[in-house]
Amino acid sequence: MSAIKAKHQRLVLLVIALAALIGAGLLAAWALSKQASYFYVPSDLVAHPPEQGRAVRLGGMVQRGSIKTMPDGVTITFVVGDGKATVPVRYAGITPDLFVEGSGVVAEGRMEGATFVADNLLAKHDEKYVPREMKDMTQAQAKAVVAETK
Amino acid sequence: MAAPRLLLPKVQGFPPLFCLPLIWRNGTAERPGHGLVEKDPKFADMHGFANPARFLRLARWLMPLLLGVGLVLAFGALAWGLLVVPPDRLMGQTVRILFIHVPCAWLGMAGWSTIAVSSLVELVWRHPLAAIAARAAAVPGAVFTALCLITGSIWARPTWGTWWVWDGRLTSYLILLFLYFGYIALAGAAQRDAAAGSGASRVTAIFGMVGAINIPIINRSVIWWNSLHQPASITLGKSSIDGTFLWPLLIGALGFSCIFGGVVLARMRTLLADIQAEARLRRKAMA
Repeated sequence: MSAIKAKHQRLVLLVIALAALIGAGLLAAWALSKQASYFYVPSDLVAHPPEQGRAVRLGGMVQRGSIKTMPDGVTITFVVGDGKATVPVRYAGITPDLFVEGSGVVAEGRMEGATFVADNLLAKHDEKYVPREMKDMTQAQAKAVVAETK
Repeated sequence: MAAPRLLLPKVQGFPPLFCLPLIWRNGTAERPGHGLVEKDPKFADMHGFANPARFLRLARWLMPLLLGVGLVLAFGALAWGLLVVPPDRLMGQTVRILFIHVPCAWLGMAGWSTIAVSSLVELVWRHPLAAIAARAAAVPGAVFTALCLITGSIWARPTWGTWWVWDGRLTSYLILLFLYFGYIALAGAAQRDAAAGSGASRVTAIFGMVGAINIPIINRSVIWWNSLHQPASITLGKSSIDGTFLWPLLIGALGFSCIFGGVVLARMRTLLADIQAEARLRRKAMA
Protein backbone atom coordinates (compact mmCIF):
# COMPACT_ATOMS: atom_id res chain seq x y z
CA MET A 1 0.00 0.00 0.00
CA SER A 2 1.48 3.30 -1.02
CA ALA A 3 2.01 6.26 1.27
CA ILE A 4 -0.66 8.31 -0.51
CA LYS A 5 -3.31 5.71 0.12
CA ALA A 6 -2.49 5.59 3.82
CA LYS A 7 -2.61 9.36 3.97
CA HIS A 8 -6.01 9.46 2.30
CA GLN A 9 -7.28 6.72 4.53
CA ARG A 10 -6.25 8.72 7.59
CA LEU A 11 -7.97 11.79 6.16
CA VAL A 12 -11.22 9.92 5.46
CA LEU A 13 -11.22 8.23 8.87
CA LEU A 14 -10.56 11.51 10.64
CA VAL A 15 -13.26 13.33 8.71
CA ILE A 16 -15.77 10.59 9.57
CA ALA A 17 -14.70 10.64 13.22
CA LEU A 18 -14.98 14.43 13.32
CA ALA A 19 -18.39 14.43 11.64
CA ALA A 20 -19.63 11.88 14.19
CA LEU A 21 -18.19 13.87 17.10
CA ILE A 22 -19.60 17.19 15.92
CA GLY A 23 -22.95 15.51 15.28
CA ALA A 24 -22.93 14.07 18.80
CA GLY A 25 -21.96 17.44 20.28
CA LEU A 26 -24.65 19.30 18.39
CA LEU A 27 -27.30 16.71 19.29
CA ALA A 28 -26.32 16.99 22.95
CA ALA A 29 -26.48 20.79 22.80
CA TRP A 30 -29.83 20.61 21.02
CA ALA A 31 -31.20 18.22 23.64
CA LEU A 32 -30.11 20.74 26.26
CA SER A 33 -31.96 23.51 24.46
CA LYS A 34 -34.71 23.74 27.07
CA GLN A 35 -32.67 22.91 30.19
CA ALA A 36 -29.66 25.13 29.47
CA SER A 37 -31.60 28.35 29.08
CA TYR A 38 -30.67 30.91 31.66
CA PHE A 39 -34.20 32.22 32.09
CA TYR A 40 -37.83 31.80 31.03
CA VAL A 41 -39.47 34.39 28.81
CA PRO A 42 -42.94 35.63 29.84
CA SER A 43 -44.77 33.49 27.25
CA ASP A 44 -43.06 30.33 28.67
CA LEU A 45 -44.08 31.34 32.15
CA VAL A 46 -47.68 32.01 31.15
CA ALA A 47 -47.99 28.83 29.03
CA HIS A 48 -46.33 26.51 31.58
CA PRO A 49 -46.50 28.20 34.98
CA PRO A 50 -43.90 26.83 37.43
CA GLU A 51 -45.00 25.69 40.88
CA GLN A 52 -45.71 28.53 43.26
CA GLY A 53 -42.62 29.39 45.29
CA ARG A 54 -40.16 27.49 43.08
CA ALA A 55 -37.03 29.56 42.29
CA VAL A 56 -36.96 30.53 38.60
CA ARG A 57 -35.57 33.32 36.45
CA LEU A 58 -37.70 35.51 34.25
CA GLY A 59 -36.20 37.49 31.38
CA GLY A 60 -37.75 40.00 28.99
CA MET A 61 -38.19 43.65 28.21
CA VAL A 62 -39.35 46.16 30.84
CA GLN A 63 -42.55 47.61 29.39
CA ARG A 64 -42.44 51.36 28.83
CA GLY A 65 -44.29 53.36 31.48
CA SER A 66 -44.68 50.35 33.78
CA ILE A 67 -42.09 51.06 36.51
CA LYS A 68 -43.89 52.32 39.62
CA THR A 69 -42.43 52.97 43.08
CA MET A 70 -44.59 51.82 46.01
CA PRO A 71 -45.33 54.18 48.93
CA ASP A 72 -42.59 52.52 51.06
CA GLY A 73 -39.99 53.97 48.64
CA VAL A 74 -37.97 50.77 48.07
CA THR A 75 -40.44 48.41 46.46
CA ILE A 76 -40.97 48.81 42.75
CA THR A 77 -43.38 47.09 40.40
CA PHE A 78 -43.02 46.79 36.67
CA VAL A 79 -44.22 44.62 33.81
CA VAL A 80 -41.93 42.30 31.82
CA GLY A 81 -43.03 41.35 28.32
CA ASP A 82 -41.69 39.51 25.29
CA GLY A 83 -44.17 40.76 22.70
CA LYS A 84 -46.52 37.81 23.25
CA ALA A 85 -47.23 37.80 26.98
CA THR A 86 -46.55 39.97 30.01
CA VAL A 87 -45.86 39.19 33.67
CA PRO A 88 -46.11 41.74 36.52
CA VAL A 89 -43.00 41.82 38.73
CA ARG A 90 -42.46 43.13 42.27
CA TYR A 91 -38.97 43.86 43.60
CA ALA A 92 -37.58 45.50 46.73
CA GLY A 93 -33.95 46.57 46.54
CA ILE A 94 -31.34 48.46 44.55
CA THR A 95 -31.69 48.22 40.79
CA PRO A 96 -28.70 48.02 38.45
CA ASP A 97 -27.74 51.17 36.50
CA LEU A 98 -28.93 49.75 33.21
CA PHE A 99 -32.38 48.90 34.56
CA VAL A 100 -34.53 51.29 32.52
CA GLU A 101 -37.88 51.08 30.77
CA GLY A 102 -37.68 49.53 27.34
CA SER A 103 -34.51 47.56 28.02
CA GLY A 104 -33.88 43.93 28.95
CA VAL A 105 -33.97 42.52 32.46
CA VAL A 106 -33.47 39.12 34.11
CA ALA A 107 -35.26 38.73 37.44
CA GLU A 108 -34.49 35.92 39.90
CA GLY A 109 -37.38 34.98 42.14
CA ARG A 110 -40.65 33.02 42.23
CA MET A 111 -44.28 33.25 41.25
CA GLU A 112 -46.66 34.33 44.00
CA GLY A 113 -50.13 34.19 42.55
CA ALA A 114 -49.97 35.92 39.18
CA THR A 115 -47.11 38.20 40.30
CA PHE A 116 -43.42 37.40 39.98
CA VAL A 117 -41.61 38.35 43.19
CA ALA A 118 -37.95 39.06 42.44
CA ASP A 119 -35.05 38.71 44.92
CA ASN A 120 -32.47 39.99 42.48
CA LEU A 121 -32.45 41.95 39.23
CA LEU A 122 -29.86 41.69 36.46
CA ALA A 123 -29.86 44.17 33.61
CA LYS A 124 -29.54 42.57 30.19
CA HIS A 125 -27.62 44.58 27.65
CA ASP A 126 -28.55 44.23 24.00
CA GLU A 127 -26.10 43.87 21.15
CA LYS A 128 -26.36 47.53 20.12
CA TYR A 129 -23.61 50.02 20.93
CA VAL A 130 -24.54 53.64 20.28
CA PRO A 131 -22.88 56.88 21.50
CA ARG A 132 -24.89 58.99 23.94
CA GLU A 133 -25.35 61.87 21.50
CA MET A 134 -27.22 59.64 19.09
CA LYS A 135 -29.45 57.78 21.52
CA ASP A 136 -32.70 59.51 20.57
CA MET A 137 -32.10 59.45 16.84
CA THR A 138 -33.23 56.89 14.35
CA GLN A 139 -30.48 55.23 12.34
CA ALA A 140 -31.14 57.46 9.33
CA GLN A 141 -30.88 60.61 11.45
CA ALA A 142 -27.70 59.39 13.11
CA LYS A 143 -26.15 58.65 9.72
CA ALA A 144 -27.03 62.16 8.56
CA VAL A 145 -25.33 63.66 11.64
CA VAL A 146 -22.22 61.56 11.07
CA ALA A 147 -22.11 62.63 7.42
CA GLU A 148 -22.48 66.29 8.42
CA THR A 149 -19.64 66.28 10.94
CA LYS A 150 -17.22 64.63 8.52
CA MET B 1 -4.96 -6.14 -1.24
CA ALA B 2 -3.24 -5.60 2.04
CA ALA B 3 -5.24 -5.49 5.24
CA PRO B 4 -6.62 -1.97 5.77
CA ARG B 5 -4.52 0.16 8.06
CA LEU B 6 -6.58 1.55 10.84
CA LEU B 7 -6.09 4.76 12.72
CA LEU B 8 -4.58 3.21 15.80
CA PRO B 9 -1.77 5.11 17.43
CA LYS B 10 1.41 3.16 16.84
CA VAL B 11 2.93 2.39 20.20
CA GLN B 12 6.44 1.88 18.92
CA GLY B 13 5.87 4.39 16.17
CA PHE B 14 7.76 7.22 14.70
CA PRO B 15 6.83 10.33 16.68
CA PRO B 16 6.82 13.19 14.22
CA LEU B 17 8.86 15.40 16.52
CA PHE B 18 11.70 12.91 16.37
CA CYS B 19 12.03 13.29 12.63
CA LEU B 20 13.07 16.91 12.90
CA PRO B 21 16.77 16.42 13.61
CA LEU B 22 16.88 14.04 10.64
CA ILE B 23 15.33 16.59 8.33
CA TRP B 24 17.52 19.25 9.76
CA ARG B 25 20.77 17.69 8.78
CA ASN B 26 19.83 16.56 5.30
CA GLY B 27 17.00 18.72 4.16
CA THR B 28 14.89 15.61 3.64
CA ALA B 29 13.81 12.78 5.87
CA GLU B 30 16.04 9.78 5.65
CA ARG B 31 13.20 7.43 6.33
CA PRO B 32 10.60 7.53 3.58
CA GLY B 33 6.94 6.66 3.82
CA HIS B 34 5.97 8.80 6.75
CA GLY B 35 4.49 11.72 4.92
CA LEU B 36 7.34 13.99 5.92
CA VAL B 37 9.58 15.36 3.24
CA GLU B 38 9.60 12.54 0.74
CA LYS B 39 12.54 12.12 -1.56
CA ASP B 40 10.17 12.33 -4.49
CA PRO B 41 10.50 15.99 -5.64
CA LYS B 42 6.72 16.23 -6.01
CA PHE B 43 6.33 15.70 -2.28
CA ALA B 44 9.29 17.88 -1.45
CA ASP B 45 7.36 20.76 -2.99
CA MET B 46 4.09 19.93 -1.32
CA HIS B 47 5.74 19.78 2.07
CA GLY B 48 8.16 22.60 1.52
CA PHE B 49 7.49 24.07 4.92
CA ALA B 50 8.02 20.74 6.63
CA ASN B 51 11.64 21.69 6.25
CA PRO B 52 12.31 23.59 9.49
CA ALA B 53 15.26 25.43 7.99
CA ARG B 54 12.99 27.02 5.40
CA PHE B 55 10.33 27.78 8.02
CA LEU B 56 12.93 29.39 10.28
CA ARG B 57 14.17 31.63 7.48
CA LEU B 58 10.59 32.83 7.02
CA ALA B 59 9.89 33.18 10.74
CA ARG B 60 13.07 35.16 11.36
CA TRP B 61 11.72 38.25 9.58
CA LEU B 62 7.99 37.57 9.82
CA MET B 63 7.93 37.35 13.62
CA PRO B 64 9.35 40.83 14.41
CA LEU B 65 7.24 42.28 11.60
CA LEU B 66 4.01 40.84 13.03
CA LEU B 67 4.90 41.85 16.59
CA GLY B 68 5.83 45.40 15.53
CA VAL B 69 2.77 46.00 13.38
CA GLY B 70 0.55 44.34 16.00
CA LEU B 71 1.84 46.50 18.87
CA VAL B 72 1.43 49.72 16.86
CA LEU B 73 -2.12 48.83 15.74
CA ALA B 74 -3.23 47.51 19.13
CA PHE B 75 -1.89 50.46 21.13
CA GLY B 76 -3.22 52.94 18.56
CA ALA B 77 -6.67 51.37 18.66
CA LEU B 78 -6.65 51.18 22.48
CA ALA B 79 -5.63 54.85 22.80
CA TRP B 80 -8.39 55.75 20.33
CA GLY B 81 -10.90 53.63 22.22
CA LEU B 82 -9.91 54.92 25.65
CA LEU B 83 -9.42 58.62 24.89
CA VAL B 84 -11.34 59.61 21.78
CA VAL B 85 -14.49 57.49 21.57
CA PRO B 86 -17.61 58.98 23.26
CA PRO B 87 -19.41 57.08 26.05
CA ASP B 88 -22.22 54.65 25.17
CA ARG B 89 -25.85 55.74 25.56
CA LEU B 90 -26.55 53.21 28.36
CA MET B 91 -23.22 51.86 29.59
CA GLY B 92 -21.34 55.15 29.64
CA GLN B 93 -17.58 54.75 30.09
CA THR B 94 -17.87 51.01 30.65
CA VAL B 95 -18.16 50.55 26.89
CA ARG B 96 -14.38 51.08 26.58
CA ILE B 97 -13.68 47.59 27.88
CA LEU B 98 -15.17 46.36 24.60
CA PHE B 99 -11.91 47.19 22.81
CA ILE B 100 -9.99 44.60 24.83
CA HIS B 101 -12.74 42.11 25.60
CA VAL B 102 -13.95 41.43 22.06
CA PRO B 103 -10.52 40.91 20.37
CA CYS B 104 -9.55 38.62 23.28
CA ALA B 105 -12.76 36.63 22.85
CA TRP B 106 -12.13 36.19 19.12
CA LEU B 107 -8.50 35.21 19.64
CA GLY B 108 -9.31 32.75 22.41
CA MET B 109 -11.46 30.89 19.91
CA ALA B 110 -9.01 31.46 17.03
CA GLY B 111 -6.30 29.91 19.21
CA TRP B 112 -8.22 26.69 19.62
CA SER B 113 -9.12 26.68 15.91
CA THR B 114 -5.38 26.87 15.20
CA ILE B 115 -4.82 23.91 17.51
CA ALA B 116 -7.62 21.92 15.84
CA VAL B 117 -6.51 22.56 12.25
CA SER B 118 -2.83 21.94 13.09
CA SER B 119 -3.81 18.71 14.87
CA LEU B 120 -5.72 17.54 11.78
CA VAL B 121 -2.69 18.26 9.58
CA GLU B 122 -0.44 16.51 12.10
CA LEU B 123 -2.62 13.39 12.20
CA VAL B 124 -3.35 13.11 8.47
CA TRP B 125 -0.13 14.30 6.83
CA ARG B 126 2.21 13.67 9.80
CA HIS B 127 3.50 17.17 9.21
CA PRO B 128 6.05 17.82 11.98
CA LEU B 129 5.67 21.60 12.00
CA ALA B 130 1.92 21.24 12.48
CA ALA B 131 2.49 19.54 15.83
CA ILE B 132 4.75 22.41 16.85
CA ALA B 133 2.28 25.04 15.66
CA ALA B 134 -0.51 23.44 17.71
CA ARG B 135 1.61 23.42 20.86
CA ALA B 136 2.82 26.97 20.23
CA ALA B 137 -0.75 28.30 19.95
CA ALA B 138 -1.92 26.83 23.27
CA VAL B 139 -0.41 29.28 25.78
CA PRO B 140 -1.24 32.53 23.90
CA GLY B 141 -4.73 31.16 23.26
CA ALA B 142 -5.19 30.42 26.95
CA VAL B 143 -3.94 33.91 27.88
CA PHE B 144 -6.44 35.60 25.55
CA THR B 145 -9.24 33.34 26.86
CA ALA B 146 -8.40 34.27 30.45
CA LEU B 147 -8.22 37.99 29.54
CA CYS B 148 -11.62 37.72 27.87
CA LEU B 149 -13.16 36.17 30.99
CA ILE B 150 -11.54 38.72 33.33
CA THR B 151 -12.47 41.80 31.29
CA GLY B 152 -15.96 40.41 30.71
CA SER B 153 -16.43 39.97 34.44
CA ILE B 154 -15.27 43.54 35.12
CA TRP B 155 -17.73 44.78 32.49
CA ALA B 156 -20.58 42.64 33.80
CA ARG B 157 -20.48 44.05 37.36
CA PRO B 158 -21.62 47.59 36.45
CA THR B 159 -23.63 46.58 33.38
CA TRP B 160 -25.59 43.52 34.49
CA GLY B 161 -25.16 43.96 38.22
CA THR B 162 -23.19 40.74 38.77
CA TRP B 163 -19.62 39.49 38.30
CA TRP B 164 -20.59 36.10 36.96
CA VAL B 165 -23.65 34.11 35.93
CA TRP B 166 -23.81 30.52 34.75
CA ASP B 167 -25.45 31.22 31.42
CA GLY B 168 -24.65 29.36 28.19
CA ARG B 169 -22.08 31.77 26.79
CA LEU B 170 -20.10 32.34 29.98
CA THR B 171 -20.08 28.67 30.93
CA SER B 172 -19.02 27.41 27.49
CA TYR B 173 -16.25 30.02 27.40
CA LEU B 174 -15.00 28.99 30.84
CA ILE B 175 -14.90 25.39 29.57
CA LEU B 176 -12.66 26.64 26.72
CA LEU B 177 -10.17 27.91 29.32
CA PHE B 178 -10.22 24.53 31.11
CA LEU B 179 -9.71 22.78 27.75
CA TYR B 180 -6.61 24.94 27.22
CA PHE B 181 -5.27 23.96 30.65
CA GLY B 182 -5.88 20.30 29.82
CA TYR B 183 -4.22 20.64 26.44
CA ILE B 184 -1.13 22.38 27.86
CA ALA B 185 -0.76 19.71 30.56
CA LEU B 186 -1.25 16.89 28.05
CA ALA B 187 1.25 18.39 25.57
CA GLY B 188 3.79 18.77 28.37
CA ALA B 189 3.32 15.17 29.47
CA ALA B 190 3.53 13.96 25.85
CA GLN B 191 6.81 15.79 25.38
CA ARG B 192 8.31 14.07 28.42
CA ASP B 193 7.02 10.68 27.29
CA ALA B 194 8.11 11.15 23.68
CA ALA B 195 11.59 9.96 24.58
CA ALA B 196 10.05 6.59 25.40
CA GLY B 197 8.46 6.48 21.95
CA SER B 198 4.94 6.27 23.32
CA GLY B 199 3.24 8.07 20.46
CA ALA B 200 1.65 10.37 23.03
CA SER B 201 1.97 13.27 20.59
CA ARG B 202 -0.98 11.83 18.71
CA VAL B 203 -3.09 11.73 21.87
CA THR B 204 -2.50 15.47 22.23
CA ALA B 205 -3.58 16.03 18.62
CA ILE B 206 -6.74 13.97 19.09
CA PHE B 207 -7.58 15.98 22.21
CA GLY B 208 -7.04 19.18 20.22
CA MET B 209 -9.54 18.07 17.59
CA VAL B 210 -12.15 16.76 20.01
CA GLY B 211 -12.01 20.00 22.00
CA ALA B 212 -12.93 21.93 18.85
CA ILE B 213 -16.58 20.88 19.38
CA ASN B 214 -16.76 23.62 21.98
CA ILE B 215 -16.07 26.36 19.42
CA PRO B 216 -19.42 26.18 17.53
CA ILE B 217 -21.16 25.71 20.89
CA ILE B 218 -19.65 28.99 22.17
CA ASN B 219 -20.66 30.69 18.95
CA ARG B 220 -24.27 29.42 19.01
CA SER B 221 -24.77 29.55 22.79
CA VAL B 222 -26.46 32.96 22.72
CA ILE B 223 -28.84 31.80 19.98
CA TRP B 224 -29.77 28.33 21.22
CA TRP B 225 -30.34 29.27 24.83
CA ASN B 226 -31.75 32.35 26.52
CA SER B 227 -28.60 33.87 27.94
CA LEU B 228 -27.75 36.97 29.89
CA HIS B 229 -24.90 37.63 27.46
CA GLN B 230 -26.10 39.59 24.46
CA PRO B 231 -26.13 37.95 21.00
CA ALA B 232 -23.33 38.70 18.53
CA SER B 233 -23.14 42.35 17.53
CA ILE B 234 -20.97 41.68 14.51
CA THR B 235 -21.97 38.95 12.10
CA LEU B 236 -20.86 38.47 8.50
CA GLY B 237 -21.42 41.76 6.72
CA LYS B 238 -23.56 43.25 9.49
CA SER B 239 -22.90 45.19 12.66
CA SER B 240 -25.14 46.70 15.30
CA ILE B 241 -22.17 48.51 16.78
CA ASP B 242 -22.09 52.16 15.77
CA GLY B 243 -19.20 53.11 13.47
CA THR B 244 -17.73 55.29 16.23
CA PHE B 245 -17.01 52.13 18.26
CA LEU B 246 -16.62 49.71 15.36
CA TRP B 247 -13.46 51.07 13.71
CA PRO B 248 -11.19 51.16 16.77
CA LEU B 249 -12.56 47.71 17.63
CA LEU B 250 -11.72 46.20 14.23
CA ILE B 251 -8.27 47.82 14.08
CA GLY B 252 -7.58 46.66 17.63
CA ALA B 253 -8.66 43.13 16.69
CA LEU B 254 -6.29 43.18 13.72
CA GLY B 255 -3.46 44.40 15.97
CA PHE B 256 -4.12 41.75 18.64
CA SER B 257 -4.24 39.10 15.89
CA CYS B 258 -0.81 40.20 14.61
CA ILE B 259 0.57 39.98 18.16
CA PHE B 260 -0.96 36.51 18.50
CA GLY B 261 0.65 35.41 15.20
CA GLY B 262 4.02 36.86 16.24
CA VAL B 263 3.92 35.11 19.62
CA VAL B 264 3.00 31.79 18.00
CA LEU B 265 5.95 32.12 15.59
CA ALA B 266 8.28 33.02 18.44
CA ARG B 267 7.12 30.01 20.45
CA MET B 268 7.52 27.75 17.41
CA ARG B 269 11.11 28.92 17.04
CA THR B 270 11.71 28.21 20.72
CA LEU B 271 10.22 24.73 20.50
CA LEU B 272 12.30 23.97 17.39
CA ALA B 273 15.46 25.21 19.11
CA ASP B 274 14.68 23.01 22.13
CA ILE B 275 14.29 19.94 19.91
CA GLN B 276 17.51 20.76 18.08
CA ALA B 277 19.44 21.25 21.31
CA GLU B 278 18.13 17.99 22.70
CA ALA B 279 19.07 16.12 19.53
CA ARG B 280 22.60 17.53 19.70
CA LEU B 281 22.97 16.52 23.33
CA ARG B 282 21.77 13.04 22.47
CA ARG B 283 24.25 12.74 19.62
CA LYS B 284 27.05 13.91 21.87
CA ALA B 285 26.08 11.42 24.55
CA MET B 286 26.18 8.63 21.99
CA ALA B 287 29.51 9.67 20.50
